[in-house]
Amino acid sequence: MPTLYENKQLVTPGDLLAEGDYIASDNTYKEGDRIYASRLGLVNYERRKVYVVALSAFYVPVVGDLVIGKVVELNTGGWTVDINAPYLAMLRASDVLSRFKPQRDDLSRFFDIGDFIMATVVACDRTRDPLLTVREKGLGKVNRGQVVKITPTKIPRVIGRKGSMIGMLKNETGCNITVGQNGLILAEGRTPSDERLAIMAIRKIEMESHTSGLTNRVTEMIRKQKEGEARIE
Amino acid sequence: MSEKPQLIDKKGLRVDGRKLDELRPIELTVGSVDNADGSAYIEQGKNKIVAAVYGPRETHPRHLAQPDKAVLRCRYHMAPFSVEERKSPAPSRREMELSKVIREALEPSIFLEQYPRTSIDLFIEVLQADGGTRCASVTAASLALADAGIPMRDLTVACASGKVDGKIALDLNDTEDKEGEADVPVSLMPNLDVITLLQMDGMLTPKEFEEALSLAIDGCNRIYALQKEALKTKYIAIEEELE
Repeated sequence: MPTLYENKQLVTPGDLLAEGDYIASDNTYKEGDRIYASRLGLVNYERRKVYVVALSAFYVPVVGDLVIGKVVELNTGGWTVDINAPYLAMLRASDVLSRFKPQRDDLSRFFDIGDFIMATVVACDRTRDPLLTVREKGLGKVNRGQVVKITPTKIPRVIGRKGSMIGMLKNETGCNITVGQNGLILAEGRTPSDERLAIMAIRKIEMESHTSGLTNRVTEMIRKQKEGEARIE
Repeated sequence: MSEKPQLIDKKGLRVDGRKLDELRPIELTVGSVDNADGSAYIEQGKNKIVAAVYGPRETHPRHLAQPDKAVLRCRYHMAPFSVEERKSPAPSRREMELSKVIREALEPSIFLEQYPRTSIDLFIEVLQADGGTRCASVTAASLALADAGIPMRDLTVACASGKVDGKIALDLNDTEDKEGEADVPVSLMPNLDVITLLQMDGMLTPKEFEEALSLAIDGCNRIYALQKEALKTKYIAIEEELE
């Protein structure tokens, strides 16, 4: 039962990845006993499991995900939030207020159109739009910092193995970085230039996500940038 | 009426100097429209076509949404300056038909059932036309869909063949299409060996038709290799830059 590519090789949709007794995982599909790729990405074989790490994809909400979204609409019973997914998410007013009365409470006092919020997904399936909650520690309106958007499939690369990449980013730039699973990342630093540095590094990770030795190269870039800035000052 | 021009010369070469089984030069670029979720640009001979994909996203107007699958919406449009005589920018009968056949050529390749209630919007803009635009459009549109990260069974690729001056030829250009005897556009998912579009304009004997079909499939397979290369180019370039 052969596998037809090497690990981490670039494949395109429709490429035959394996034949025989294998399990089709992410971004692949099975027809008979043949496994094909369904997205452009890097193929991986893990014992019997075959999956593709996609290079371009969109975010599909999963229950429990931390997401960063933008409020796009105020309704009588809550907010509509753009979470960078095929579906608009709902945040109920009763989630924020314990006794909500539409005739009394002005929802824009809590979140207004254009505000960024941090939330987790509490419900989502084929028939319903995703439902959000902000009733956990650290969730709610984003008051400071800068938000960047990257391809959602590259989020694991920004975090790194056991958080190595994100830990390095936080240390080197001095920013607090929150990663939403939907591809939006919040960087809060002491100065806007710290935040800019963090965003630059994140963009570099997004561009070069499919290459190896990335953490070292990003560290190097950040250090060089910092040196450059120090010299100008 | 003017006399019918000679389409194949004494050496057996066609009006643009190609052999019978030769494709026009093809150039494919992925990611040419920054604002779109996915895009591609194709130059096939004198054809210049841009394809842009948006979605999957909320369907507007809402009543068009399907509860069990995503809808693919396709607009094929020719720019007024794309042909010699100005074409009215309003959608013509022909453009509506092509929008439909291109949509139906691409639909079987996409996992539409994975994203219910959404729509995938595909815009195809022909900047310069020189025959065989429906095929070039399918080729570019499929690349744009892959670039948008939409899960697909296979890339879709299309190529036409036809009959000029009594001979079966590959990838007809505008002159050959208009003056020739027949035109057979074929769209294919090569890895799965599935035909998703097959049309015929003109007259062919069953034997000629089979010959034309197998020639078109051969052309599709050649374009397919270019398509895969175009998708990978962007990422391989970044990798090489680092080495």
